[in-house]
Amino acid sequence: MASVTLQNITRRFGNVTAVDDVSLEVRDREFLVLVGPSGCGKTTLLRLIAGLDMPTEGAIFLGDRLVNDVPAKDRDIAMVFQNYALYPHMNVFDNMSFALKLRGTAKAEIAKRVSEAAAILEIDHLLHRKPKELSGGERQRVALGRAIVRQPQVFLMDEPLSNLDAQLRVQTRAELIRLHRRLQITVIYVTHDQIEAMTMGDRIAVLKDGVLQQVDEPQTLYDTPANLFVGGFIGSPSMNFFHGRLAGNGASPRVEAAGFTFDLPPERARALAAHYGSEVVLGVRPHDMELAPPGQVDGRFSARVDVVETLGSEKLVHLQLGEQRFVVRVEAHTSVRVGDEVTVQAKPRLVQLFDAATGAVLP
Amino acid sequence: MTALAEPLPKVRSRSFAIAWRETATGYLYLLPAAVVLLAFHFLPVFYAFYISLFNWRIRQGAFVGLQNYQNTLANTEFWDSLKVTFYYAIGIIPATLVLSFVIAYALFKAIRGRGLFRLIYFLPYVTPTVAAALVFRWIFHSQQGILNWLLDTVGLPVQSWLLEPRGVFELLAGGAGASLPSWAVGPSLALVTIMIFTVWQSLGFSVVIMLAGMSNIPTEVYDAAKVDGAGEWTLLRRITLPLLSPTLFFLSIVSVIGAFQSFNSIYTMTDPNHGGPLGTTRNATMYIFLNFFEFQKLGYASAVAFVLFFIVLLLTVVQMRVLGPRVHYQ
Repeated sequence: MASVTLQNITRRFGNVTAVDDVSLEVRDREFLVLVGPSGCGKTTLLRLIAGLDMPTEGAIFLGDRLVNDVPAKDRDIAMVFQNYALYPHMNVFDNMSFALKLRGTAKAEIAKRVSEAAAILEIDHLLHRKPKELSGGERQRVALGRAIVRQPQVFLMDEPLSNLDAQLRVQTRAELIRLHRRLQITVIYVTHDQIEAMTMGDRIAVLKDGVLQQVDEPQTLYDTPANLFVGGFIGSPSMNFFHGRLAGNGASPRVEAAGFTFDLPPERARALAAHYGSEVVLGVRPHDMELAPPGQVDGRFSARVDVVETLGSEKLVHLQLGEQRFVVRVEAHTSVRVGDEVTVQAKPRLVQLFDAATGAVLP
Repeated sequence: MTALAEPLPKVRSRSFAIAWRETATGYLYLLPAAVVLLAFHFLPVFYAFYISLFNWRIRQGAFVGLQNYQNTLANTEFWDSLKVTFYYAIGIIPATLVLSFVIAYALFKAIRGRGLFRLIYFLPYVTPTVAAALVFRWIFHSQQGILNWLLDTVGLPVQSWLLEPRGVFELLAGGAGASLPSWAVGPSLALVTIMIFTVWQSLGFSVVIMLAGMSNIPTEVYDAAKVDGAGEWTLLRRITLPLLSPTLFFLSIVSVIGAFQSFNSIYTMTDPNHGGPLGTTRNATMYIFLNFFEFQKLGYASAVAFVLFFIVLLLTVVQMRVLGPRVHYQ
């Protein structure tokens, strides 16, 4: 096993910068998730680590070894591809043993390792089948098996669950977590699905437009996003954003938004002193807002119910206040109907404040 | 139960009517193509078979049964033409396949200007054979040809090329001072010259087909193999070749059929001494042509054509049996 260190990695394709000055350290035996929307450069970053592509600038280390000029075949890294990339002309056994054969591993050892991996993944009955005779889930397991048998230094996974149906995805997610615990391997896992990122990662690295936004443990990322993008990207349903102006004097800061005023806790006053008068974005998670009894209390405002999503365990109430749309999560049996005018309020200590111009979080 | 069972026949007859109508519509759509095929392909074939059973010389003569077929198999000229055909096929098919694979692989790897190169390699295929053959005849002309001029310039012996009936192995052995038995002299230099022309002309087609086959191999499979530890040579041997096997199989079948039917290139390159010099470029189709149009032995020529047809059929079946199981379909 080994750590992976990226130092100021940049990858340009012509005028397009796919990865922009990314520095990141993946610890030994860590499960790190690279997450971001489509086209954010996460797959490019993974290919750079695999050696399938070369960085324009920067250095990549596996453990202490600089591998910039080491070709993919000599990096001792295994990769699971989004569409599995199984060798269509080989059966499952040959697919899984291909890398070992190329390394000149003894036949008995190959057979042992393949059967061990096949047993872990419960694909021992498929060893003589060709990929086209397998279901999506089975192919996905073979792709994992192909990586496992190699006992590589680092595992790279490029959206390996995206081609599975929803139920199988949840099941395989848990299996991957168990597999990581059992094999004690360094894993770099790429996904655009923030739920996968939250549930699987020891740490999560959020990428946008090739730029690393924040690297942290899932809960920290959720509770204290570094900027507007991370706040909006992590968490489902997404964080609500209200545009407004930071007002007040030294003692009682407040956000004046369209249709309501929101009082911030007085203890934030000093830290926000430099930002009075500037445009800000108030970020509140749907479960940090609640329906309140009507009344002219500060921080409460009324909005019209637009859509109600009943999830069984809870309800997501989509509300509209002028042009502003936002979501409030309420208890399952709350009585609320489309068209109702309801009063809502946010829990003041759990809101985030972002600079509207830069998107950076404010203290 | 009976109440349920009763309506069933009605439903079945209705679905039968729909199925019948769909079938009829399908056949109706097929009709135009079927008529064209019947009129211009199958009828002539059956008519040729009919002709082959008669002593037919411009006019229909006496019915001779399978006599023309017996004559074909007894005629040494026919066997000679078959030998030329085999030389020709063995000479051009592996050369075309190997060369086109090498070119296609190089083009596939080198991305810049691929489209232009593809066009360049495809041009010979769409150039009219007669026009291209004229240029090649000039290149290989024994007195005014540019090739002999080049050979002469660098101090090598000039050749008669298209006029040379001696076998290439005989020429090579002669150059080294040895002599060969008649069965080992190989195809005439004239035939080899035509082979070079044919390879040049058909290369583009194979290159384009192979390029298409190579582009069908998912790049992720290459990536996976690289990560698994494969170098360039392993990629070529363990990924490209097996995954290209359907394309190679198709090309080898088409090439064998094409080589056995080859006519235009030999006709134009040896005009007006068709099949010359000394019949060393007279392949089976040229033999059929000469018998049919020049000697007016229509019945006999038709019989030869059928014998050739069965040889090609047999070769294709053999290829399907031998190569077919080795093809990896994705």
